[in-house]
Amino acid sequence: MENSPLQRKTGLTGLIFEPVKRRFFLRIAGVSVITSTALLSACNKDDDMSPVADGAVDLGKDDTGILNYAYALEQLEAAFYTQVVKTPYASMPAAELQLLTDIRDHEIAHREFLKAALGAAAIPALEVNFSAITFTDRASVLGAAKTFEDLGVSAYNGAGKFIMNKDYLLLAGKIVSVEARHAAAIRDLLNPKTADFAPDALIDGNGLEKVNDFNTVLTAAQPFIKTIISGMNLPTK
Amino acid sequence: MNLFDIFGKLEKVDPELGERVSFNRRKMFGQLTSLAVSAVPVAAATLLTKSYAGPKDAITDVLNYALTLEYLENKFYATALASTVIPAADKAVFTQIGKHEQQHVAFLKGALAANAAAEPTFDFTAKGTFKDVFTNYQTFLALSQAFEDTGVRAYKGQATALMADDALLTYALQIHAVEARHASVVRRLRGQKGWITNNDGGGTPAAIYSGEDNVMQGTVDITMLELMAGTKISKNAATEAFDEPLSMEQVLPVAKLFIV
Repeated sequence: MENSPLQRKTGLTGLIFEPVKRRFFLRIAGVSVITSTALLSACNKDDDMSPVADGAVDLGKDDTGILNYAYALEQLEAAFYTQVVKTPYASMPAAELQLLTDIRDHEIAHREFLKAALGAAAIPALEVNFSAITFTDRASVLGAAKTFEDLGVSAYNGAGKFIMNKDYLLLAGKIVSVEARHAAAIRDLLNPKTADFAPDALIDGNGLEKVNDFNTVLTAAQPFIKTIISGMNLPTK
Repeated sequence: MNLFDIFGKLEKVDPELGERVSFNRRKMFGQLTSLAVSAVPVAAATLLTKSYAGPKDAITDVLNYALTLEYLENKFYATALASTVIPAADKAVFTQIGKHEQQHVAFLKGALAANAAAEPTFDFTAKGTFKDVFTNYQTFLALSQAFEDTGVRAYKGQATALMADDALLTYALQIHAVEARHASVVRRLRGQKGWITNNDGGGTPAAIYSGEDNVMQGTVDITMLELMAGTKISKNAATEAFDEPLSMEQVLPVAKLFIV
């Protein structure tokens, strides 16, 4: 049988016998142990964070950095839907107002949860910039919603492999499927009863949804956020 | 190793399992109580883990578990699309969903190669309980929603089991998101919200939504967080905002209902 792309890339046999990676070692060693200096010096040579540009908000490193990354995106989404519900576009049908209010509440729940989980490590509240969005125009609002939701799904899916703590991975999983539900619902409003809810442009020939890395996501999100965000200390392997 | 072996192991530990998950035919929907599934003893899960020699078996099992669920979905949509149950106006949606399930089957089979579980024989009527599944659109939609929401919960339940392998974890997350898109659009075709409120399955088997009414994420009670000044996040929103996982032990008895 011809090898699938998955098998070519990973090899079921290969992955079993691969040497244990540093990151996995940290995972199994447990996050609580990471504070041990001995362990850190044994497995993490560049513990110091790179300095970021003046005035920029640094997301941080490791799982904290990833949670802040998620927190930044949820701040953006929550602020967007808060504005959408506050100033609904002309003759917004009741069903659409309900749907957008539901999504607003979900994004606020995500934002507030991440803020609580991060505690003192949370980045500050970000200043948004929605000048490119016309809140009185349905196509502009739903178009932006589609962009944010699709981006959110691709961001969580891209970040998953860098998460070290299994509880955080599960939490990211609990959130990302809700973002995917949002994305499909918004797309269903724009193009009802078509393949657009999960289009070929986003789902590849193996039935896998698009994944984006930190840099791609932050670059796409930055125009909507006044505060400059730096992901330069986010994990790279 | 295949689904039947896994189920066989569960039955060995709990001989009454098969009996308890069988349908009560007096009720049409919602008859599969959460009791039936949650009653699988914890010991079963422990034994299941201990039966395997090492990580290779464990990962193969996770992939075969996913493959079996994809076989089920693929056959379900292929059968429906070959019948007249789906109205012309909704065909584009189910053609797209069916295509993805077919792709997932091919992808997982390719990955497992010689280790791939064989496709079981399915009975989507669940021994006559849903006998109009391919003639009554509402029954078809209800089962479609049930399968998609189960798929989302099942993949989520395996994420941490795949943590050791970046590529496999990412593939699983990518499929997981596609299943969530399916679930959302199918729910909307049924006149439901795209997301799951509390543990309301809209008349589908209750076991599939067991635990979806959870409001605690880690140590944080989502309903205690502020929506805006002076207003807390509602319980509905708190449950909708986080999809909950299902374990293999919770999913297999549900899948087994549709396997001959």
